[in-house]
Amino acid sequence: MDLSFVILVEVLYAVASLVLISAGLAVVFGMMKVINLAHGEFMMMGGYATITAANLGINVFVAMLVIAPLVVGLIGLVVERLVIRHLYGRLVDTMLATWGLSLMFIGLATMIFGNTTTGISTPITGFTVGDYQINGYNFFIIVVSVVLVLCMLAVLKGTRAGLIARGTMQRSDMAAALGYSPDRIYMATFFCGSALSGLAGAVLAPLVGLVPTSGGAYIAKAFITVIAGGPSLIAGLVSSATSFGLVSQIFTFTISPVIGEVVLLVAAVIVLRLMPQGITGRFFRGKL
Amino acid sequence: MRGTGGRDVLITLVVAALLIWIMPTMIATYTLTVLVIYGMLGLSLGLIWGFGGILCFGQAAFFGLGAYTYAIAAINIGESTVPMILAVLVPALFAAILGAIMFYGRLMDVYLGVITLVVTLILFKFVNTTAGPQYVIGKARIGGYNGIPGFQTLNVPGDPGAYIWGDPFYYVCAVALVIVFLLVTWLLRSSFGRIAVGIRENEVRMALLGYDVAARKTVLFTIGAAIAGLSGALFANWSEIVTPSLFSLSQSAEIIIWCIVGGLGTRLGPILGAAGLAYLKFMLGQQSMIDNTLITGLILVLFVLFLPRGLVPAVATLWGRIVVGTRRRTQPRTMRRTRHG
Repeated sequence: MDLSFVILVEVLYAVASLVLISAGLAVVFGMMKVINLAHGEFMMMGGYATITAANLGINVFVAMLVIAPLVVGLIGLVVERLVIRHLYGRLVDTMLATWGLSLMFIGLATMIFGNTTTGISTPITGFTVGDYQINGYNFFIIVVSVVLVLCMLAVLKGTRAGLIARGTMQRSDMAAALGYSPDRIYMATFFCGSALSGLAGAVLAPLVGLVPTSGGAYIAKAFITVIAGGPSLIAGLVSSATSFGLVSQIFTFTISPVIGEVVLLVAAVIVLRLMPQGITGRFFRGKL
Repeated sequence: MRGTGGRDVLITLVVAALLIWIMPTMIATYTLTVLVIYGMLGLSLGLIWGFGGILCFGQAAFFGLGAYTYAIAAINIGESTVPMILAVLVPALFAAILGAIMFYGRLMDVYLGVITLVVTLILFKFVNTTAGPQYVIGKARIGGYNGIPGFQTLNVPGDPGAYIWGDPFYYVCAVALVIVFLLVTWLLRSSFGRIAVGIRENEVRMALLGYDVAARKTVLFTIGAAIAGLSGALFANWSEIVTPSLFSLSQSAEIIIWCIVGGLGTRLGPILGAAGLAYLKFMLGQQSMIDNTLITGLILVLFVLFLPRGLVPAVATLWGRIVVGTRRRTQPRTMRRTRHG
């Protein structure tokens, strides 16, 4: 009984962290069709922003949930104005340019923070269930990602801004004809996507030792989750995160964590081979 | 075209011989050897990406696979001839299987990139975990993140005691690069190469003309992997140790950057890009003021923004403008439209 509860929490946590890792990329790639290979570095910078702010004496939750998204969002804004703006619609070129950006950010972080591991302790203590110890912070991550998905759903579906953004992504010429500036909407959407990446990096920062190259650990997972998800933004994100999280945790428990990781990647290759349009290209069609 | 073929080969050989002879007076052969090896690796991606339109994010996988195959086979056999052949065959076989899975599944640009990237990551993660003594192939321990040191390096075929190292090894690598370059040239001038370029330009049209696009892409992908495997084996001989970092994403990124900077759709571009940037990295490695990665990234961003076709095509265009009354260019034309992977 206790074991099954622990496993349930672990699976939920795996799914939640996948959702969290991929949310920013889902907005930037899923909506704007910009392949942001610097996504992992945006998360890395979110982590560093949190740690720096926390070391300056700011409450760690404020640093995590407010400061890090803002800082990374602003960095994303600068990147969009300087680089991405010129490359919309050129898929491969954006991919290469953002790869270059990711290398630059790694270099910058190495110069500023040094090539050493930094970290902060988890702000929530663990507790025991029967014979097992559970990390209380895992619950925080689950809660954050549930709230995040609900917020994204509410903003995209419920607000006028979300409607305009979705419309612009589908037909920017029509949006322009109706008096909205696609340029500014793209800018704002990229800001939101970067801020989400920053948030994810910040929330996950206490769990990992942060080095300038830690972004690389996230990028592949984020990518395959978003691409396997397919055209529907939120339905795709949740469905692919659930399936990958489930599969990798099953193998993590039965064999080993490394095999779990490898199986996740293999599963992604199989999913893409069978469903080249992603999961929501076949199921949940037309959902958001 | 056939008439000029012989003359082109002659010019290539003369220029190559001159370069091989002159370069050691400027750069130490030890450094030069690795530049030549990287040049071959750059050429392997330049072939499949620049002429086949296949953007492979995992060329490092074949490079690493070649190096590991060589190391493992060399420990088991104790002589270098068979391992060298295996180091070409194993990555080629791996690429043939992977390519067949991808191209017969009609996977295009982004998805192709992601799958090759993921496969590279799988290899990287897997090799990193093989530190334990239970991971043994024959007599060779895979060694995980420690890599495999101490294998038999290149020797004169049939005589395991006669090692080829130092200056002779440089000449072996350089000659290998020239041979590969000529083979690639021949391939691109054959009907297979022309059809490959056709597929790059318009896949649907080539399919409608009756060519088996998936099979041709798979073959081209396999050839690219074989070249990458050969360069991997030479690299293993140069560094005398193979480590999982050969499979790493940054290695893949570097190969792509070489091709972009040198120029896609040319044969010389990727080679020059690889050798030039690797040498730049080597020079930068001797200073510690600015981080190396930062500059690599900056170069990539600037090239994508301002010179997306790369150096060699840009210089060629400039040259064409200077020399009025241009003769018909003998090099295959560079891509005019957007690159698609």
